[in-house]
Amino acid sequence: MSPERAPILSVSKLVKRFGGFYALDGLSFHVSSGEILGLVGPNGSGKTTAINVISGLYAPDGGEVVLEGASIGGVASHKLVHRGINRTFQVPKPFLSLTVRQNVEVALAYGGAASAPAMADLLEEYRLAEVANRPAADLNNAQQKMLDLVRALTTRPRLLLLDELAAGLNPAELDWIAGRIKALAQSGMAIIVVEHLMGFIEHITDRVIVLNAGKEIFEGKLAVAVKVPQVIEVFLGGEHAA
Amino acid sequence: MPSALKHTLFIALPVLVIFAALPGVYQNHLLLFNFVIFLILAQGVNIIYGFTGYLPFGYVGFFGAGAYGFAVLVMHLHAPAIPAVLAAGLVGVVLGLLLTPLLRLSGAYFAIANLAASLAVLHLIANPALEQITRGPYGVSLSATFNPTYAYAAALVVLALTLGSVVFLKNSRSGLALQAVREDAVSASMAGVNVVRMRVIAWLASALVAGLAGGVYAWYVSVFYPDNVFSGEFSIFAIVFALFGGVASITGPIVGVVILYGIYNLIGFTTPQYFQLIYGLLIIGLVLFLPAGLVSLATRRGWHVP
Ligand SMILES: Nc1ncnc2c1ncn2[C@@H]1O[C@H](COP(=O)(O)OP(=O)(O)OP(=O)(O)O)[C@@H](O)[C@H]1O
Ligand SMILES: [Mg+2]
Repeated sequence: MSPERAPILSVSKLVKRFGGFYALDGLSFHVSSGEILGLVGPNGSGKTTAINVISGLYAPDGGEVVLEGASIGGVASHKLVHRGINRTFQVPKPFLSLTVRQNVEVALAYGGAASAPAMADLLEEYRLAEVANRPAADLNNAQQKMLDLVRALTTRPRLLLLDELAAGLNPAELDWIAGRIKALAQSGMAIIVVEHLMGFIEHITDRVIVLNAGKEIFEGKLAVAVKVPQVIEVFLGGEHAA
Repeated sequence: MPSALKHTLFIALPVLVIFAALPGVYQNHLLLFNFVIFLILAQGVNIIYGFTGYLPFGYVGFFGAGAYGFAVLVMHLHAPAIPAVLAAGLVGVVLGLLLTPLLRLSGAYFAIANLAASLAVLHLIANPALEQITRGPYGVSLSATFNPTYAYAAALVVLALTLGSVVFLKNSRSGLALQAVREDAVSASMAGVNVVRMRVIAWLASALVAGLAGGVYAWYVSVFYPDNVFSGEFSIFAIVFALFGGVASITGPIVGVVILYGIYNLIGFTTPQYFQLIYGLLIIGLVLFLPAGLVSLATRRGWHVP
C-alpha cells in the first residue's frame, strides 16, 4: 500500500447518547480524500447516528470530530456544508412541494460552492432531467434519493456521506450508481457509504468499518470481515444475515 | 419581463390603485380601511406561515402592541402621527425579537405559545397599574392626531410595503430558501441555508407588518380599548383569510380577504345567523377539499398562480 494520505476526516472516541442509551459508544475511524469507506452493521448499530453527528445534526456527547485538522463537533450543519461536508438521507428528504429544479436552486444559492457544477449536467447525469419541472413529491423513492444526492453534490462536498443510497435500486441501477460513486471518489472526494447490500459494499469500498451497538468491531477489507467470528455472529444475530 | 416586475405591475399595483380610488366612489370608508388592514394582516400571516410554516395564533399581539406603541408616543411625547406609526412598527419588531425563542417550538406548541404571548401582552397593557402609561383598561383617545384621510393613505403605504415584501419573497432566493426551510429544515441546512436566521428574518418581517398595521389602525380609529386592538378576531380572520385564498402565493391572501371579508360584510351584520352558517361551511369545505387554498384550484390544473 502507498503511504496513507492525511485523513480529511477523523473521528475519535465519539459518543452519542439518547437518554441513557448509547447510540455511539466510543467510535473512532478516519477517511481520506479519494477513499470510499464502508460503514456496515446490523439495524440500530449507529450508522445513521454517526452520519448525523458528522453532518452536524446532533452535537456529540463525547469524543471528537476533526475535519482537515479542525474540530467540528457541534458546529451547525449549514456551516459544515460550507466547509465541505454533505450527505444524503436514508429516507430521502427533498423539498416536496418545490420542483426538482427549485430543490437544486436552493443549494446553488446557499451551498457556498465557489464554482457549483452546472445544474443541467447534474440533473442529466442522475437521471432527473425529465422531471426537472415536477414537484419533488411526484418522484419515486429512488428518484428522490438521486435528488438528495444532486442537492449534496451541488455544494461541491469534499466529504460525502451516503446513507443507504442504493437500497431499493434494481441490479442495473446498482451497477450504474456504483460507477457514479467510484467516479466521484476518483475525482478526489472522500466518501462514506452506509449500506446493507454486502455485494454492493464489496464492489465499491476500499475498506469497511463494522459497527455493533455504537462500537467498531472490525476495520479492514469486507472480504476479511465476513470471516471474523464476531462479525458473523453480529450479522447472523441481526435480521440482515450476510 | 422579470416576474417580480410582473407581480408588482399586475397584482400589487392594481390592488393599491383600487383601494386608493374606492374612497372617492364608496361612502363607507371605515369598511374600506378595514379591508386594507386585513389585506396587510393576511399577507403578514402569509410571510410567517406561508413561507416558514409557523402558524401565528397570537398574531394580534404585534398589532395591539403596535397600536399602543402609537398611542404612547402620541399621548406622552406628543409625536406626530407618522413617526408614531414607525415606532409602532419598531414595537412590533422588538416584541418579535423577545418572542424569537418561541421559534424553537413547532406545530401546535408554537401556535399555543404565540397565543399565550399575545394574551400576556394584552394583560400587561391593560393592567390598571400601568394607567399612567397605557391608560390601562380605560382605553385611549388620541384626538391630537385624528385624521382618517391621512391614516387611510398611511395604511395604503403599509399595504404597499407588505405586498412588496411578499413579491420579493416570491421571486427571490431568500423566499425560496424560506420555503425550503418550511418543507424540511434539516434538508435546508444541508443545502447550506442558515435555518435559524431565515426563520427569525421572516418572523420579524411579519411582526413589523403587524406593528405598522396596528399603528395606522390606532391613528385611524383614535379611540380604542385594549380589548379592541388585541381582539383574537384579528388573528383568526387574518389566518383564515390567508389560508382560504392560499398561502405562499401573492394572490391567495388577497383573494381570501376579498371573498371572505366581503361575505362577512354583506351578510354578517344583517343576518348574522346565516353568516355563521355560510362561514362555517366555507371553512369546512376548504379544509376538506382545498387544504392548499382557493388558488390550488388553478395550480392543480397546471396553471401557474403567483
Ligand atoms: N433521535 C433519536 N432519538 C432516540 N433514539 C435514537 C434516535 N436516533 C437513533 N436512535 C437510536 O439509536 C440507535 C442507532 O440508530 P441508527 O439510526 O443510527 O441505526 P442504523 O445503524 O442507522 O440502523 P438502520 O440500519 O436500521 O438504519 C437505534 O437504537 C435508534 O433507535
Ligand atoms: Mg440508518
